[in-house]
Amino acid sequence: MVENKIIEGWDVKQMAQKVALDIPDGSYVNLGIGIPEKVAAFVPEGRELIYHTENGLLGMGPVPVAGKEDPELINAGKKAVTAIPGACYFHHADSFTMIRGKHIDVCVLGALQVAENGDLANWSTGEPGAIPAVGGAMDLVAGVKTIYVITKHNTKTGEAKIVKQCSYPLTGKAVVNRLYTNLAILDITDQGLKVIEMAPGVSFDYLQAVTEAKLIA
Amino acid sequence: MINKILTSVEEAVHGIFDGATIMISGFGEAGSPIELIHALIDQGAKNLTIVSNNTGSGEVGLAALIAHKRVKKMICSFPRTANSTVFPELYKKGEIELEIVPQGTLAERIRAGGAGIPAFYTPTSVGTPLAEQKESRTFEGVTYVMEHAIKADFALVKALKADRYGNLIYNKTARNFGPIMCTAAKTTIVQTEQTVDLGALDPECVVTPGIFVQRVVQIENPAQESKLVAENRRYPW
Repeated sequence: MVENKIIEGWDVKQMAQKVALDIPDGSYVNLGIGIPEKVAAFVPEGRELIYHTENGLLGMGPVPVAGKEDPELINAGKKAVTAIPGACYFHHADSFTMIRGKHIDVCVLGALQVAENGDLANWSTGEPGAIPAVGGAMDLVAGVKTIYVITKHNTKTGEAKIVKQCSYPLTGKAVVNRLYTNLAILDITDQGLKVIEMAPGVSFDYLQAVTEAKLIA
Repeated sequence: MINKILTSVEEAVHGIFDGATIMISGFGEAGSPIELIHALIDQGAKNLTIVSNNTGSGEVGLAALIAHKRVKKMICSFPRTANSTVFPELYKKGEIELEIVPQGTLAERIRAGGAGIPAFYTPTSVGTPLAEQKESRTFEGVTYVMEHAIKADFALVKALKADRYGNLIYNKTARNFGPIMCTAAKTTIVQTEQTVDLGALDPECVVTPGIFVQRVVQIENPAQESKLVAENRRYPW
């Protein structure tokens, strides 16, 4: 029996740190807008990652100090950034050649739902009347070599986000490699969703009870 | 003598006709040719199909063109942006059409249009609602969806420097869609912050070769869209 209490597990910083530790030195990395951006703060010292932002910059640096923002130097979230020494700018067709042509090593994205076979839904809830907006998400999941998803394990109202089959419109089919949630790290394998690590206080039975998809120990 | 540099934005947008397809550079405000868009509003062409990544913000630039009911259809990847209200309101009322395209597919469709490639296969969007009703094909065991090129009658593009042959360089991430849009339009119209003498641009570093550009106009200090929006400005003023 699973106890009827909610376990918070890792906080967002700890989740981001888990992701950062898994990205090898020398990787070209694209971080999605929002929580995925936090990963950059936790890259271990001595590891050099080069950040790609799909609006046309390889070698993205941190946010500029206040007053030094340049409206023509922004990231995919349209926020001011900097360019590191050794950075380069390019047009959109080149930028998505890097993505679709499998030149980018790792992409970290958020999710609305992930299915046990690695299907990802993260661009639309499919509500009637909602204005569709996709941006570069479908290109990233189709082209980047390794796709990491960082997300809360369940929605704010307690519904499963890790599901047997996505009910929201897909971003890509069988594209996710690894999931980092507040409760666990999970790999999408040919056999199914394999538990790699659990947050302190989380048992396999608890994790399975709050996950719609079937887990493998 | 070849001299593509014109002296006014009115001349630059001359001849844009009702029903034209127009590509407009920019990713958000970065690279958006705001003075050319305002000149297009003044010029009056309507029933336009606009190809641009976003739909503008506030009531200036692209959002103002939409607010003036000049746009029949938007082809874009992300029509929602901070301070973007004009497009959503018209869309919800059914007064503007939307073709939603993944960002990389949008870029490649434009690139293909400029490169004489009528269609291509891409892995992007396979298995999603955006691939429905589209032809697909399997290469080396992987499924790809066919996408058609986009060509335009006109492109409005923002650059940093131009010479009289139309050679261009851009500023940082304001480059975004500019170079590919220049190649895909019959008439490419560029606003540049600086005009320079022939030879001043290092041939090794020219980003858009002048052959892709028909008209250039200098706008020395272009308006910053986000500042105008913060000041609640509306075009025309």
